[in-house]
Amino acid sequence: MASSCRRPEHTGPPDVFYNEEEAKKYSQNSRMIEIQTQMSERAVELLNLPEGQACYLLDVGCGSGLSGDYLTEEGHHWVGVDISTAMLDVALDREVEGDLLLGDMGQGMPFRPGTFDGCISISALQWLCNADKRSHSPPKRLYTFFSTLYSSLARGCRAVFQLYPENSEQLELITSQAMRAGFTGGMVVDYPNSSKAKKFFLCLFTGGTGVLPKGLGSETSDRTVANQVQYSGQRCRFNNMKGKSAKKGRDWIMEKKERRRRQGKEVRPDTKYTGRQRRPHF
Amino acid sequence: MKLLTHNMLTSHVKGVTKGYPLLIKATEVKVNEVEFNPKFVCRMIPKLEWSTLVQAADQLGHREELPGELVPDYEKNEDFLKKVHRVLLEVEVIEGCLQCPESGREFPISKGIPNMLLNEDEA
Repeated sequence: MASSCRRPEHTGPPDVFYNEEEAKKYSQNSRMIEIQTQMSERAVELLNLPEGQACYLLDVGCGSGLSGDYLTEEGHHWVGVDISTAMLDVALDREVEGDLLLGDMGQGMPFRPGTFDGCISISALQWLCNADKRSHSPPKRLYTFFSTLYSSLARGCRAVFQLYPENSEQLELITSQAMRAGFTGGMVVDYPNSSKAKKFFLCLFTGGTGVLPKGLGSETSDRTVANQVQYSGQRCRFNNMKGKSAKKGRDWIMEKKERRRRQGKEVRPDTKYTGRQRRPHF
Repeated sequence: MKLLTHNMLTSHVKGVTKGYPLLIKATEVKVNEVEFNPKFVCRMIPKLEWSTLVQAADQLGHREELPGELVPDYEKNEDFLKKVHRVLLEVEVIEGCLQCPESGREFPISKGIPNMLLNEDEA
């Protein structure tokens, strides 16, 4: 949804973007409803709640209550927080079972410690990464959100966020603030090789012991390829689509030397200086 | 807003140390019918602030026979659990406001939804 067209959060703040017209889509557009429901199912699966037990859950960015309806279907009770009155009005129309709150997640979760057995959030977290007001500082808002969320969750519980990250810097910002707040865990990526089906789920644990679940759609790919995105600050180098390395890069130089060795020509040995960036006047 | 949620809500305004419990000033209250799940009620009881729940139910005029103190051995007492279930999940505040006990700041409730949005200086 947000990957092919312009990103919604660049249009404006969430309470402005999710106006009545946009909110209507969430009650009428069957494709949108289907996608949101599927993501909610996967998020609840990742929550790993005790089998057959009705839990008390938090839905951050609950919007029109699509994800909440799925929670109700599974027998849980839930509280939803959203910043858009238009979306909450749609939720009221749809007569959702959960309790709704009008609130801004960047201002913190207003609950007593240990209230919830788990938390889900579908397509909401990326909105925190943009400053909608001059006074906003995204890292501070993210930290306020995560730290208050951490305390509102009971020990040994999980928070699962489905989100559409814009870039790796954004993901890094989000995960670092979450870790600062005391959470452990990481990203689970479903269908990492499909640009359309690829989905990101941030899985956070409040207890120390938690094994990160595996992403879907990874059975056919190489065993050694990780399907969990390990967060590093390095930029990813993309090889040319044709399968050859980018022109004049270090890889290209090494490949060319190999080729010439195979041809039997005399080639200088490879050292740490091979393909090193020279000073401009060289 | 159900009373189960009210029991968990606090004021998160910057600088407020005692933002719990929020005082309910209700102008419209509704009672729904919600499916009774005794196990869920049992699990929620230890998480509740019992005195706050009783006080809130009193303020709404829906306390009925809820005891002032937690009954020991409530897990098997289905009658008691049903009373708790009614107060926690069936009584709903539709219009009114929530007041912070420390600062007096009011959070309005409209159509059953409390407005917890903070101003710039409160966040």
